[in-house]
Amino acid sequence: MEMLKVTNVGKSFTLHTQGSAEIPVFKDINFNLSGGDCIALTGASGAGKSTFMRMVYANYVCQEGAISVFHEGKWLNITEASPHEILEMRRSTMGYVSQFLRVIPRVSTLDIVSDPLVQIGASEEAAADKAKELLARLNIPENLWSLSPLTFSGGEQQRVNIARGFITDYPVMLLDEPTASLDAGNRQTVLDLIEEAKMRGSAILGIFHDQAARDAVCTGSFDVTQYRIGS
Amino acid sequence: MSMNREILLRVENLTQMYGDRIGCKDVNFDLWPGEVLGIVGESGSGKSTLLNCISAQLQPTSGSVSYNTRADGLKDIYHMIEPERRLLMRTDWAFVHQNPRDGLRMNVSAGANVGERLMAVGDRHYGNIRNTAEDWLSRVEIQDNRLDDLPSTFSGGMQQRLQIARNLVTGPRLVFMDEPTGGLDVSVQAKLLDLLRSLVRNLGLSVIIVTHDLAVARLLSHRLMVMQRGHVVESGLTDQVLDDPQHPYTQLLVSSILQT
Repeated sequence: MEMLKVTNVGKSFTLHTQGSAEIPVFKDINFNLSGGDCIALTGASGAGKSTFMRMVYANYVCQEGAISVFHEGKWLNITEASPHEILEMRRSTMGYVSQFLRVIPRVSTLDIVSDPLVQIGASEEAAADKAKELLARLNIPENLWSLSPLTFSGGEQQRVNIARGFITDYPVMLLDEPTASLDAGNRQTVLDLIEEAKMRGSAILGIFHDQAARDAVCTGSFDVTQYRIGS
Repeated sequence: MSMNREILLRVENLTQMYGDRIGCKDVNFDLWPGEVLGIVGESGSGKSTLLNCISAQLQPTSGSVSYNTRADGLKDIYHMIEPERRLLMRTDWAFVHQNPRDGLRMNVSAGANVGERLMAVGDRHYGNIRNTAEDWLSRVEIQDNRLDDLPSTFSGGMQQRLQIARNLVTGPRLVFMDEPTGGLDVSVQAKLLDLLRSLVRNLGLSVIIVTHDLAVARLLSHRLMVMQRGHVVESGLTDQVLDDPQHPYTQLLVSSILQT
């Protein structure tokens, strides 16, 4: 079943602080994503993979076209939706694992990981139990759970991000290099988590620089280069 | 916590003129329960004027501010009779000032500062008031042996936390904050951000927060309004406004942040 429809989407940046330079990026992107699929975004470095993913998450604005997400039984066009609707859509339908961990200092790792589940109505206890299970699977030592992840190593922060992203069974998931900077064991855990999400019927869009990881979990690929302008 | 679908506050065409000078002009937005709205912009951009107009402290020149009252639904706060508006400000609303001295009574004890708000809404039992005050001081991490001390003996960060306790003790639904972390050093600021975030989440508060600190805005608010010379020049999802700003002024603001 289709979960995401990208129709004739175009994107450009206008840099007002630099003489209003216009940087065209994409034109006429058409792309659909179905539940159970894991599609790899491909293209050389700088081709705009992360930009496209951010557009799908409504983090970046699209100048043209429509991006529709199947949210609670209806299609929601996020290029026209209100902030309120997009927040609701992100809360229950679309998860995004970015490469950066952005959190309030002092908040414990356990709270940060449980938070998305509490936000959709789970009890604090149930959310904490699931958070502990994920943190343990991702080999974050138990004595770190009560600490803020801001003091952790890059690889540990990445795994906290993944735990936070996978605690909710989102119908649509966006993964920006989820296996980067992980050792073999943790990499396999992340691939298992992706496989489990696919089995549940999640529609997944991912950026994987690691060819072996891509081959292991992806059901197809989408090259953004063909829609790129001016490269 | 999922947001319910009823608008809590609606601001329409709100304008405040100071003679010929614009305080804020044609501001429109809706606020939902559980939502945190950040208002950013440089000093003099009209942020505080707007906040004062919305929070019934400054009658706007034109436009309306409607609040979803428990009894009658959406109602223009400037068309309410004075006692009704006063009651709303004491019960459903709270205002956290940048300078805790503006929001506290400095010559009565910390406990009395919190208890006073309770008495204002009709609580009369001394034991209950003292217990509730104690409970709130512990929630904002002020030790109970400071209950009888004057706020003037507190540090700036403690005073700010006391002001928050005083404001939230009556269980408001909507909290206005004017630069609540301004003037605090960064470690105290982090503590306060954590406190505000957990209060918003656990109590389902709606918040309108004025700040010039974009990092604070990013961590606390769901949505942002960017103001310049009294006008809202850009508004939207916080991360969208900060990561892909469309207006020249927002781009300038975002590109002016120092990297650490």
